[in-house]
Amino acid sequence: MDFWEYLGNRHEQLLMDAWQHASAVFQCMVLATVIGVLIGVATYHSGWASGLATTGTSVILTIPSLALIGLLVPMVGLGVPPTVVALTLYGLLPIVRNCVVGLRGVDPSLVDAAKGIGMSRLARLVRVELPLAWPPILTGIRVSTQMLMGIAAIAAYASGPGLGNEIFRGLGSLGSSNALNQVLAGTLGIIVLALLFDAAYVLVGRLTIPRGIRA
Amino acid sequence: MPETSASPASPEPGEVLHTGATIELENLTKRYPGSPQPSVDCVNMEIRAGETVIFVGPSGCGKSTTLKMINRLIEPTSGRIRINGEDVTHMDPVRLRRKIGYAIQSSGLFPHMTVAQNIAQVPRMLGWNKARIRDRVEEMLDLVGLDPGEFHGRYPRRLSGGQQQRVGVARALAADPPVLLMDEPFGAVDPITRDHLQDELIRLQHELHKTIVFVTHDFDEAIKLGDRIAVLRERSHIAQFDTPEAILTNPADDFVSGFVGAGAALKRLNLTRVGEVEITDVPTVTVDDPLQNIFNRFRGSGINEILLLDRRGRPYKWLRRGDLMRARGSLARAGTPVVDTVTRDATLHDALEAVLTDAGGRVAVTGRRGQYEGVVDMETLMNSVHELLEADRLDALAHQHDLEEARTQQTHTEQEGSAGGDSGEARA
Repeated sequence: MDFWEYLGNRHEQLLMDAWQHASAVFQCMVLATVIGVLIGVATYHSGWASGLATTGTSVILTIPSLALIGLLVPMVGLGVPPTVVALTLYGLLPIVRNCVVGLRGVDPSLVDAAKGIGMSRLARLVRVELPLAWPPILTGIRVSTQMLMGIAAIAAYASGPGLGNEIFRGLGSLGSSNALNQVLAGTLGIIVLALLFDAAYVLVGRLTIPRGIRA
Repeated sequence: MPETSASPASPEPGEVLHTGATIELENLTKRYPGSPQPSVDCVNMEIRAGETVIFVGPSGCGKSTTLKMINRLIEPTSGRIRINGEDVTHMDPVRLRRKIGYAIQSSGLFPHMTVAQNIAQVPRMLGWNKARIRDRVEEMLDLVGLDPGEFHGRYPRRLSGGQQQRVGVARALAADPPVLLMDEPFGAVDPITRDHLQDELIRLQHELHKTIVFVTHDFDEAIKLGDRIAVLRERSHIAQFDTPEAILTNPADDFVSGFVGAGAALKRLNLTRVGEVEITDVPTVTVDDPLQNIFNRFRGSGINEILLLDRRGRPYKWLRRGDLMRARGSLARAGTPVVDTVTRDATLHDALEAVLTDAGGRVAVTGRRGQYEGVVDMETLMNSVHELLEADRLDALAHQHDLEEARTQQTHTEQEGSAGGDSGEARA
């Protein structure tokens, strides 16, 4: 069976896996964004707190994904939970770091002006600082997503959802007639998904970055 | 003003005031932890309603810090701030700032918002309804001389420095605050634009009568804009707080005269308008007058020079006797074209400039639509300046006299008071 025949035969299974892969990454990204931005907002005022946050999140990133998922299984069980926890944790670093950099990069005279015309702390954050820091934050989200696309494949190791199942199945039956096709389909699927997500982010950027600060 | 009619419908009619408020600073002090000297040391100042007060001084003298304590962007370490008699030292700073306009150097416009959104910020926070905010934005753009249709939806980065500054001022004034604080607002624009913006601010202030506190390190700007100028030395100590005239003619000490710089008499010229001095008349003819009439004018009197006006009464050319001889029947090539004119609102400084560059040593004064009204020449200017300086000197002397008298009085009472205190202690 060549690769195209394989795709034709298994397209339902593949689409299902791809859908689950994308959906897992997307949901974890939403979680990571919310948590990451909150951490960024909470720490950017203080040098050591934001340092701690970026160091902490980059320490997480240095843990090999297989090991992290393996460590999570005894704690949260098999399947979706370890996948979500692991992906969310891995997604944090670029978002936290870019959020801190973005918020710190807001021109101090603008913050001064916002204060001076009577904006409260919250209004300043929501109406001035976050919108201005949004482009770097969005870049962080993009980088995170690309990274999670790959890492999500490992989730299959803990019976998680996604295209990783395809790859692991292939690796598990090396030598059999479909092994190569399975690995190839899983890998290419992930690449295609990553490209689609990236295109989506370009669109999101066009829609959400105000014209006044668009490059 | 249109907002007068809008006020009854506003959610908070009390918030909208139409004239300035008094500002009193009482022993205002700012001490930063870790530095032995306070940055602002015990400033006492009374600013009258509707007055433009300029804080001027060398960099680092604490003038900006003093300004920022008025809207409590910097919290004073001790002392009191009263606006319109109300102690605002401890009120909620966010609410306080919504009643105080604030314009800064580099305009501080939010780049991700359009011009209209920028201006609408404070009214929005005050909870005005949409229609009222929209009207107000248009009105403010009009006020600062920007066409609402053209600039409404633009982003700040598509404005020139001067336009950004105008929008900054419009934003500061949008909620019609009684007080306007300006922190070197024209520091970052080119000299020509700065000059325009200063003129605009003077015009605005004539209309609005806000209480303006303006910080600058440029003494010429201070003279031009200020009703009164506070010359500050380090730690915001007031070296002199007086009208520009008084500071120019009678600087309190070496520090102030050093700051006034050379050429106080020249700077004085900026404070007087052409309309305030004597304007003389010269013989005029219009381009429609037949050539023969012009000849007769020259022949009939001893005059050597005549001003030719165009059909709309605007100065066009200076004609001398000799020019007519060479004209040979046509005025087209005769005479010297009028290059520069001044209006009654121009400063004597501008007039002097024009007179000095003019070959004949005089400049035509024109009205609103450019029509001829008279002439100012070197002699008039010199006489006026002498008179002005003399009057200033007398004023300053009188002022000094008053001051000394008051001081003597004060010392007297103080001595009496302390004497009383001493005896009280002695008795205890």
